[in-house]
Amino acid sequence: MRRPALTPIIAGVPLAVVGFCAIASGWLVPNATAQDILTGVTPPRTPGHPFGTDQLGRDILQLAVAGSRSAVVGPIAIALGSMLIGLLLGSLAGYIGGGLDLFLSKYADLLLALPTTLVALVVAGLVDGGYWVTVLVLTVLFSPTDIRMIRGAVLAQSTRPYIESARVLGLPRRRIMFRHILPNVLPVALTTMLLNIAFALVAMSALSFLGLGVGPGVPDWGRQLSDGRNLLGQNWGAVVLPGVLIIITAAAINLMGDWIQESFERRASRR
Amino acid sequence: MTRPRLRSPLARFVLVRLAATGLLLLVISFVVFALLHLTPGDPARNLLGPKPQTPELLASIRAKYHLDESFFRQYLLWLRNVLHGDFGTSIRSDTAVTTLLSERVLLTAQLAAMAFVLTVGLAIPLGIAAAWRAGSGFDRSLSVGAIVGVGAPTYAVGLLLLYVFGVWLGWFPVYGSGDGGLDRIWHLALPAVTLAAGIGALVFKLTRTAVVGELDQDYVAFAVSRGLSRRQIRSIVLRNALIPITTSLGLVFAFLFGGTILVEVTFALQGIGSLLASSVTFKDLPVVQAITLLTAAVIAFTALAVDLLYYAIDPRVRKQQVR
Repeated sequence: MRRPALTPIIAGVPLAVVGFCAIASGWLVPNATAQDILTGVTPPRTPGHPFGTDQLGRDILQLAVAGSRSAVVGPIAIALGSMLIGLLLGSLAGYIGGGLDLFLSKYADLLLALPTTLVALVVAGLVDGGYWVTVLVLTVLFSPTDIRMIRGAVLAQSTRPYIESARVLGLPRRRIMFRHILPNVLPVALTTMLLNIAFALVAMSALSFLGLGVGPGVPDWGRQLSDGRNLLGQNWGAVVLPGVLIIITAAAINLMGDWIQESFERRASRR
Repeated sequence: MTRPRLRSPLARFVLVRLAATGLLLLVISFVVFALLHLTPGDPARNLLGPKPQTPELLASIRAKYHLDESFFRQYLLWLRNVLHGDFGTSIRSDTAVTTLLSERVLLTAQLAAMAFVLTVGLAIPLGIAAAWRAGSGFDRSLSVGAIVGVGAPTYAVGLLLLYVFGVWLGWFPVYGSGDGGLDRIWHLALPAVTLAAGIGALVFKLTRTAVVGELDQDYVAFAVSRGLSRRQIRSIVLRNALIPITTSLGLVFAFLFGGTILVEVTFALQGIGSLLASSVTFKDLPVVQAITLLTAAVIAFTALAVDLLYYAIDPRVRKQQVR
């Protein structure tokens, strides 16, 4: 409650910058992947290259700006996809209940117990599918959290007096579900989705750090980190810039999600 | 409680959980076996790897892995071998998978153990302390730190630590895993801290939430009004808060195993995790299958142990019907 409204600014500014870079990267840094073998590795503060260059002579800053695209697109797709699954299965489990609920809950428990990195690495790695297969695998692995959150929120709503009275009035179940319960579940869906974007960003770049996900040559923060790992002695910028970018972006999304969740709770308690 | 044949509830509890764990592992073993056939391409050619693909060699691979049998029979034969500790031969190094694993398992176990000790030893006391002073500057700065820590990716943190403490300050070694003993601990310090950071932040949050939740309970207000000493209240609250904290430790293990892959690759440590990563890239299927299955087994048995611990800590679980 006493947390000042500083959070949305502290978290919002980096998010706006990353979002802008992702949208405008083609226009901001059209030659991000341009190689210059003659230049080779240069340290930070080289004229024209504030963060230096990598072994192929690519500018670290430009690569990082261009890499914001794969850092944003995949995670948003994962969060949206898993929330779609979560809304569908979670509301079914919460509203219909019974054997279906038990089955879905056990299914979610099982998926939740899996180490995400390991499963995604093994499945996406063996199938050789590239970026979108990785997105698909992570969507499935992320869905149990959404199923659980939505199920819990639906259950919390369906015992409220207004739902009871809707039932007594004889409204059809489908109408109660979509017109009355679902709108009240959406705040939960929104915050869960935001937090999932942060986790998906970390998971996606972890996989490209391990050499999966994006194809070779595509700018990506995780890929930049694994390339930069071998340059630690020559150009620290190659590791520090993408590393700090991932940490700041993930932290900003998490802070934002936390803040939105708290403001929803505050509004709910004031009512 | 339809057929109360087993008198002791503890024995029943253990048996039911053991059966569930066994069933789960059976299902997982089936999926792990199926990986061989889910991988694009002819299984025999995949298993042969880069060796010259002569008809004789392909035939010998088919015979060795029973590829001409039905899918289900192949699985049963594979499972029989696995239960006898035979995971086949690594495609890449042409040695038995079990030999390969036994050379590397110690390092990963040491790394995970160090990270576990760091997590439990720091995150839980800090979480309790923060909950005790909820709302204070101490609590708020730790909580923000935890939000950053939960989101921060292992490998990025690892590389930054490696740069600052390994390359820049030169306090810790950049490569290698040491000669055992103290040297090993020195070499594993940065990797273990990296691994513990993300998980520790999560455990901190869980601990803080659990203790704050207990402090809000009516019985605490009652105890305070009865004039119980702070120490007495503290011990009651902690005992109750311990329950969700213990269950979260099972989660920690699942996290640790995902994390070791990234940490070992980041720090170029020759453990099980980095072996898995390179084996996936190389499509060294027998190694991938073995590591996946063993990891699943470790996680499943940890979950079982946590369940039993839960049973020991919380008397209410003992009273409840065992599902």
